[in-house]
Amino acid sequence: MKRVAVVDYGMGNLDSVARAIEECGGRPIVTDRAEDIESATHIVLPGVGAFGDGIRNVRQRGLDQILREQAVVGGIPFLGICLGMQMLATRGHEGGVTEGLGWIDGEVRRLEPTGQDSRVPHIGWNEVALTRPSTLFTGVDSGHDFYFVHSYHLVCHDKEDVLAVTPHCGGFVSAIARGRIFGVQFHPEKSQRLGFQVLRNFLAL
Amino acid sequence: MPKIRVMPTLLFKDVGLVKGVAFDSWRRVGSAMQAVKVYNMREVDELVYLDITATNDGRPPDFETVDDLADECFMPLTVGGGVRTVEHVRRLLKVGADKVAINSAAVEHPALIREIADRFGSQCVVVSIDARRRSDGTYESYTHSGRRPAGRSPAVLAKDAQAMGAGEVLLTSIDRDGTMQGYDVELTRLVSDAVSIPVIASGGAGTYAQHGGRGRTPALLARDARRVPGSARAGSRL
Repeated sequence: MKRVAVVDYGMGNLDSVARAIEECGGRPIVTDRAEDIESATHIVLPGVGAFGDGIRNVRQRGLDQILREQAVVGGIPFLGICLGMQMLATRGHEGGVTEGLGWIDGEVRRLEPTGQDSRVPHIGWNEVALTRPSTLFTGVDSGHDFYFVHSYHLVCHDKEDVLAVTPHCGGFVSAIARGRIFGVQFHPEKSQRLGFQVLRNFLAL
Repeated sequence: MPKIRVMPTLLFKDVGLVKGVAFDSWRRVGSAMQAVKVYNMREVDELVYLDITATNDGRPPDFETVDDLADECFMPLTVGGGVRTVEHVRRLLKVGADKVAINSAAVEHPALIREIADRFGSQCVVVSIDARRRSDGTYESYTHSGRRPAGRSPAVLAKDAQAMGAGEVLLTSIDRDGTMQGYDVELTRLVSDAVSIPVIASGGAGTYAQHGGRGRTPALLARDARRVPGSARAGSRL
């Protein structure tokens, strides 16, 4: 059984993520305790909310060090969802500039509407176009719809990190990967069948 | 641009789900849990669950029921009815709601929108506006399940809500509600043109064709989706 640490830093809808992992055959533990994270086979960093608040909460609980040791150094499969992906960036520009976890070379910036059709927040189902093959998307063809809800997006400096893009506000990065560190801007836990496929692929790592 | 979303609304009154016409003539249509399971199976784009008597009865949201429903709901869930404080929102999000709809409280205490957006993010604040057409062709907004005029046009209300940090507008035409005669396109356009956040059109859904016509409405809400063959998912692909 896959023991999945769903990292609790006081933000976001952790229950939905935990329920979805359970449905996908994993055993979720919603936690902020070092020993739970250290004994997990997989780590999920969910999150909805503002970048600055998120990073502050993660640091206050000492989670930045533990997550780095496990995921970056230890190579435990890691999935950041929405804000959980954005926080991996070098810095964020939401309500002032905040240093991110710095695992992924990039900046988190506000989506800029390019017309009447590109409303912000970006809420709803939109295409995820894969820019390269990845085990995270096994069984999911490029161009399928996933559920998004966000106003900011991750601008990657290293194009090698980009896994998928989505056409809204001129296009933004909707999935990233570096080794066994993954991030998705959409919500797999709310994207029904294909979202569950992504979660199952992650749990299979 | 994101795809058109089709979202069934579950209207909860007293003990179970109801449907009505023009916010009146309610008839019972079964249990909420059963409906959630069916919609989950049909992969609807989102679900909206509104307790339509909570505010008039002076009740807070029923957190336990929402908790049970959210456990079976693997699509985004918006919950409304009786939401008056930041604490209500916190508890609803904690038990599994993704977004919270506020209507009466948004008119009476607009600052609540700002408080919720600051604490939990704009993406979870849906300001719900119920509107009725006046005889001169203009529109009036209503609170308390269509009982009290708000004294402001839906476009002004939506604009103010956006300025306070609302992430979406759920716009219901009271006149069209339950009639299946089609959405009030004029009302939707008025509000949609006034704001840059997404607007969800509600009231009047009747046929598949009404969901088409690539207008500016990025989301449509079908209170009668169960009676519209093929609308539940197909509509979202238009």
